[in-house]
Amino acid sequence: MNAMSRVEPAPLLKVDGLSKWYGHIPGCMDVSFEMRPGEVLGIVGESGSGKTTLLNCLSGRLPPSSGRIEFDTRRFGLRDIYTLSEPDRRRMQREDWGFVHQNPRDGLRMRVSGGANVAEPLMNMGQRHYGAMRQATLDWLSRVELDTARIDDKPRNFSGGMQQRIQVARNLIHGPKLVFMDEPTGGLDVSVQARLLDLLRELVRDLDLAVIIVTHDMAVARLMADRLLVMRRGQVVETGLTDQVLDDPQHAYTQLLVSSVLQI
Amino acid sequence: MSSPSQPLIVVEDLSKTFVLHNADSAVIPVFSQLRMEVSAGECLVLSGDSGVGKSTLMRSIYGNYSPTTGSVRVLHDGEYVDITEASPHTILDIRRRTLGYVSQFLRVIPRISTLRLVMEPLLENGVDPAEAEARAAKMLSALRLPEAHWRLPPATFSGGEQQRVNIARSFIRQYPVLLLDEPTASLDAENRAIVVDLIQEALDGGAAMIGIFHDLDVRDAVATRLFPVAEFKAAA
Repeated sequence: MNAMSRVEPAPLLKVDGLSKWYGHIPGCMDVSFEMRPGEVLGIVGESGSGKTTLLNCLSGRLPPSSGRIEFDTRRFGLRDIYTLSEPDRRRMQREDWGFVHQNPRDGLRMRVSGGANVAEPLMNMGQRHYGAMRQATLDWLSRVELDTARIDDKPRNFSGGMQQRIQVARNLIHGPKLVFMDEPTGGLDVSVQARLLDLLRELVRDLDLAVIIVTHDMAVARLMADRLLVMRRGQVVETGLTDQVLDDPQHAYTQLLVSSVLQI
Repeated sequence: MSSPSQPLIVVEDLSKTFVLHNADSAVIPVFSQLRMEVSAGECLVLSGDSGVGKSTLMRSIYGNYSPTTGSVRVLHDGEYVDITEASPHTILDIRRRTLGYVSQFLRVIPRISTLRLVMEPLLENGVDPAEAEARAAKMLSALRLPEAHWRLPPATFSGGEQQRVNIARSFIRQYPVLLLDEPTASLDAENRAIVVDLIQEALDGGAAMIGIFHDLDVRDAVATRLFPVAEFKAAA
């Protein structure tokens, strides 16, 4: 190994001075950070701290009041996502990103089969070869540890944990560069939660994915994230390497948050 | 490029004070103006009573705690990087390739098999899965962990077994620098001897180590130098 191997890769995402106001109520204030390919960023904080507002702004679903969000798009290079035309931005979101919702019902189409849900992003990207898409779908169903014999079952016939795995497959099949996850294990039983988290960890490492994961669960943050942003009342109060933030928190709020976790 | 005489770890003017904001802003000074250097083949053992700050120092060197002042420079890819100022991305890279850490406790990741856990540091460094598995199996046998356990996640193992999994993970590849926080705490005499051999072998291979050992026999067997942390005790 030589010193050259430590040259920092170009940023995948650059966020600068991002604020969102709801009237005179701040949703998030003056948030800035950068992300590199393959990094997993956790956004933690309690309900109402602005995590979801920030996630929605970052993922192109809620225009910020001020600030810039630049992303290294496949088609246009590094661009402020809100300066792209609406159709271009939507296409970029479909091609370059994934978004895993807490509730699978928000991320799946409940009227079509699990298999069709997984294959749809490929169709959106212009694939028309039915056999290839079906094969890719089968591969992804087994990758997320679902029974491939159930490819034609509707999502409502799957358990919550299985629905979540369909949603994960649907959001990874098209090879995104960045995946947003909003409390991806939030609605699941603990045993199902542990399984899904392990699966996500493995996929993230194997695919070298960049992930922004919002969670209020410090154990999920520790397991998944390389580094954390701690939010309180719309502001980022602390940021750093995950184990540093959790084991040696500097800010009063982070200390409170970490010390409030129940031990089992 | 690095020369053989260059220390692998250089700690300068390191201070650590905890401020507990939710306990009447209690201020707990631990150490201050601490300096040390560790070179290849050295095993520096932190000494002093419990509470003197040995683990805090170790964690500050690993980048797990944020020191209040000072620097911890680690020789990484032939260049010194100050871990107290490095980006999370760089710290993770240093931990992946240069700086290993054996803690007293295994932080278990649910559902992942013991064999897989031990393979992970190799996989992260691009070793072929088949070779990684063979090396992990060899390491687990050397540590006398029953083969029936290899396919199980270590959550239900005894303290000593979990600790051996931890040791296997850290010694499976040659980290240039190893931090050992009581790696033999819950091991019986025979297993302690195996770990002492592993440490000795790594030192002979040119690793630099910083350790905490309460077991005096182990300490005397591996220490090349004692480092009394109390000499840098911060004034309360």
